[in-house]
Amino acid sequence: MNPESVVLENRSAIVKKWQEAILQTYPKETQKFLKKEKSQFANPVGSIIAKDVEILFDELVKGEDTKKLVSSLDKIIRIRAVQDFQPSHAVGFVLQLKSILRETIGEGVSAELYQLEDRIDAAALVAFDVYSQCRQQIFDIRVKEIRNEYGRLLERANLIKEIPEQQPGI
Amino acid sequence: MAETPKPVQTADIEHTRPLFEQGWLNKFSEIKPGIHCYGAKPKNTEAVGMPFPKDWSPTEEDWHLPENWREIFLQGFRERLDKYRTLKVFMDICVRCGACADKCHFFIGSGDPKNMPVMRAELLRSIYRGEFTAAGKLLGKFGGGRKLTLETLKELWYYLYQCTECRRCSLFCPYGIDTAEVTILGRELTNLLGLNIDWIAGPVANCNRTGNHLGIQPHAFVDMIDFFVDEIEEVTGIRVEPDFNRKGAEILFLTPSGDVFADPGTYTAMGYLMLFHYLKDLGLDITWSTYASEGGNFGFFTSHEMAKRLNAKMYHEAKRLGVKYIIGGECGHMWRVLNQYMDTWNGPADFLEVPKSPITGTVFENAKSTKMIHLVEFTADLIKHNKLKLDPSRNDNKVVTFHDSCNTARGMGFLEEPRYVLNSVCNNFYEMPPETIREQTFCCGSGSGLNAGEDMELRMRGGLPRANAVKFVHEKHGVNMLACICAIDRAVLPASMDYWVPGVDVTGLHELVANALIMDGEKDRTTDLRGEPLPGMEDEEDV
Repeated sequence: MNPESVVLENRSAIVKKWQEAILQTYPKETQKFLKKEKSQFANPVGSIIAKDVEILFDELVKGEDTKKLVSSLDKIIRIRAVQDFQPSHAVGFVLQLKSILRETIGEGVSAELYQLEDRIDAAALVAFDVYSQCRQQIFDIRVKEIRNEYGRLLERANLIKEIPEQQPGI
Repeated sequence: MAETPKPVQTADIEHTRPLFEQGWLNKFSEIKPGIHCYGAKPKNTEAVGMPFPKDWSPTEEDWHLPENWREIFLQGFRERLDKYRTLKVFMDICVRCGACADKCHFFIGSGDPKNMPVMRAELLRSIYRGEFTAAGKLLGKFGGGRKLTLETLKELWYYLYQCTECRRCSLFCPYGIDTAEVTILGRELTNLLGLNIDWIAGPVANCNRTGNHLGIQPHAFVDMIDFFVDEIEEVTGIRVEPDFNRKGAEILFLTPSGDVFADPGTYTAMGYLMLFHYLKDLGLDITWSTYASEGGNFGFFTSHEMAKRLNAKMYHEAKRLGVKYIIGGECGHMWRVLNQYMDTWNGPADFLEVPKSPITGTVFENAKSTKMIHLVEFTADLIKHNKLKLDPSRNDNKVVTFHDSCNTARGMGFLEEPRYVLNSVCNNFYEMPPETIREQTFCCGSGSGLNAGEDMELRMRGGLPRANAVKFVHEKHGVNMLACICAIDRAVLPASMDYWVPGVDVTGLHELVANALIMDGEKDRTTDLRGEPLPGMEDEEDV
């Protein structure tokens, strides 16, 4: 058996609870908007939660396509990495799925559920990678921007003369 | 050894964030790094005589405010309520219908309810009620009023510098409340206490003395343009010959200094130079100024008085050189200032003439009063009259979409001209979804002086809605180039694209025009202005 059989009949209930749990990490006033506005352009954050959490869940259950799993994690965490969250809050939603599963499926522990929980743990570690990459990228972008602004300026104002790519022969 | 929590304990950690259970009036936001910009350095505020120059940091407890800061703030507030009827109306009239609430790019991207335009304005409005209205004084928080305290001031400051004054919210307000104006005047009040940010104060001081935001001196300005002249020669084989500060020229050209020093704006500047060279034989007589070397106006983000002062150099330089009218380059807030304020601040420019294209004879009646036109409308008119030889296929490796800059789109209704030019110079142009362009355009997320580096997180939040729409056309049509007509856009959108939509570059409109422009006597072009091979030239040896 695989985890699919365990969660099959509860799939939509679990996904819904998980989405709800993520929405609840936002202030109340914001939750209303994130749920209500359906346009993906007017409400990118809500749309991504609606769409990619479902993809993420299915991939966790199937356990086949790591690339797809990372891509949906990236979409969700890329946003949370620049929002008002502590690092643990930004990625913590992954682990929340465990309690949602127990709550929905019941306490009966099966090998399949253990397998799924292991995958969730692994996904939480990947979430940490994704978060770190996003944060790293923000600082890289900042450095790149400064270099672009001032480095070229010095060069163009003839204030620096670096070694050219090709040296003239002696 | 430190005790590590057991798995059962870690599972109990609360991963949800505390909500505003107590209501927004009782819960102050914490000023966080990554979101705020650095405080203005005293040398910069002092240089232009702005009040209370000091070393200060927004995250420090002590903001070194003058003893009577409350008095200064409230007096300034009262004066502005009397002076600007709009402010008085905006303070009184809002019914909190919520139409604006979800229209702000910062709210959409951050999920912070205090970034809802209504809430941001409410931070000032609550002080207005609590300090100035009878009901507010009497009922206090029950009437939505609160006193001006250090905490309310700090929070107000924090959110005033999380608004890019893009005016998207005002488009949806049934009463026409312009929250951008609330921000503008709120920022004026913070300035009375020396609470500016350095990314604004620095450019203001530089612009006041040297003529541009970066403090590029005239000789260095010429050096940089010379550098472009060399680059253009490499690409086209033609040596263009711009001139500077030439008295008696017919037209003065002013553009944001960002075009002259920062990529990818520099390619747009090369585009201007090539177009002017092309038009020379057709009768264009234009000169650049090394003194009025800035189209932008960061004074606009401090106070009306400072904006007026910095803006004055445009007409002053036009008068000094004796030109007939002015053409302005691709810029955002520069055009908002020119379109909405310049005429009453520093006009009427009686000494200038109504702009008339020397090539097509078109009279730009729309600029009858300001005597200043946008280069894009000038170029659109040239194309309409078949005055430019263009080969749009040279831009065939670019799949382009167009970002309407807030200030040109909402501030002056400049919607068709850039699209007309784009369609004439490239073959692959795809619009983003209607609710994200034209009047409803989403801000780049870094306007109004918030394009610093230290607030990169804020910029990424604010940039999300725009980037999200770009991502849509990137995935649907393979868009790889985001065109815009604003120097701040060109400076900040590359960062936003890097983070949200890798694989999309940013370009000014005149860069694309220059790529397509067939110049007399040019060599067989193998590359575009960036040195990238033209379509079909990928295998050329000299690429």
